[in-house]
Amino acid sequence: MPKGRIVIHVEACKGCQLCTSVCPSGLIRMSASFNRKGYRPAELVDPTGRCTGCALCAMICPDAAIEVYREAKVKPHAAPPVEEVVVIVTEPA
Amino acid sequence: MDEQVVVVALQEQKVYSRPRALTAETTNYCPGCTHGLINKLIAEVIDELGIQENTISVSPVGCAVFFYRYLVLDGVVAPHGRAPAVATGIKRMLPDRVVITYQGDGDMAAIGMSEIVWTAMRGENITAFFVNNANYGMTGGQMAPTTLAGQVTTTSPQGRDVETMGMPTRMAEMLAGLPGSAYVARCATYDARTIRDARNAIRLALRAQMAGAGFSMVEFLSSCPTNWGLSPQEALQWIKQTMVAYYPLGEFKVSEAVQRLKAKR
Repeated sequence: MPKGRIVIHVEACKGCQLCTSVCPSGLIRMSASFNRKGYRPAELVDPTGRCTGCALCAMICPDAAIEVYREAKVKPHAAPPVEEVVVIVTEPA
Repeated sequence: MDEQVVVVALQEQKVYSRPRALTAETTNYCPGCTHGLINKLIAEVIDELGIQENTISVSPVGCAVFFYRYLVLDGVVAPHGRAPAVATGIKRMLPDRVVITYQGDGDMAAIGMSEIVWTAMRGENITAFFVNNANYGMTGGQMAPTTLAGQVTTTSPQGRDVETMGMPTRMAEMLAGLPGSAYVARCATYDARTIRDARNAIRLALRAQMAGAGFSMVEFLSSCPTNWGLSPQEALQWIKQTMVAYYPLGEFKVSEAVQRLKAKR
């Protein structure tokens, strides 16, 4: 199985929990802390690397708060450039 | 024979990200509301077809009005219910643009019923997206024409009584029955399969317009967790178990021109 990883944009998450209900491995839970709007955002808990990057969570997310990365086999010379990972930093209100 | 060594490396690739046609802004929609999901699907298809620069949106009144704010498109906000009429004018003046309306059930099925029917009747070459959440969401969950029989809302506290209020309006079936419509489908977004089908329907509706096939409309069964008094997950289950029974999913009209388009892909 390919290895995957998700990035949850904490400030965009409204804590609706739909992603937790669709993860086939049950790797997403709600955070114990709050975001600026007062929601408990979702977080990935994957210490053993079971996320496959299936993107079901991102697909159902109504707030487009989840980005999905997946490892793929590539020949080194034919490899497309890795997309830059953008870190979104929100200024305090 | 020389031994050839092929090194295969594992490289991480981004496989899902926010569509470009969607703003970075956090939406005003309630947690779990599928308006956000439907906005995202439309944005994804606009990215895929490469028509962001060429598309003009017409927003309605109601929760759906925020479409103008969350999609990076040129747009107009129409008076309540009049989005199809405004879209007709835009399309006739600028026939090379893709013109879409995004309307809720209060806007399209109640105050704007006449406009959508006559726009479909004339076969205007526009695409209407219709978000059906079985109540008036923005104003506090009152009964809409699409409210199901027996459904409790703030203005039908005993449940919708079909003896006095009639049966819920099936917009997709009605518009499919008009000779001017080219493509009419009803979708939902309660699981991966229905989300994929919804994306395909959006794509076909927009391609139909781009090919000049005539009026296209996609209805979405959408959740309204706040006004239904359900959790977001329960709301999706309610769509699946209760709404789909009265509002079946599928394609209700695929004109010959759209069938040819469909076969081409």
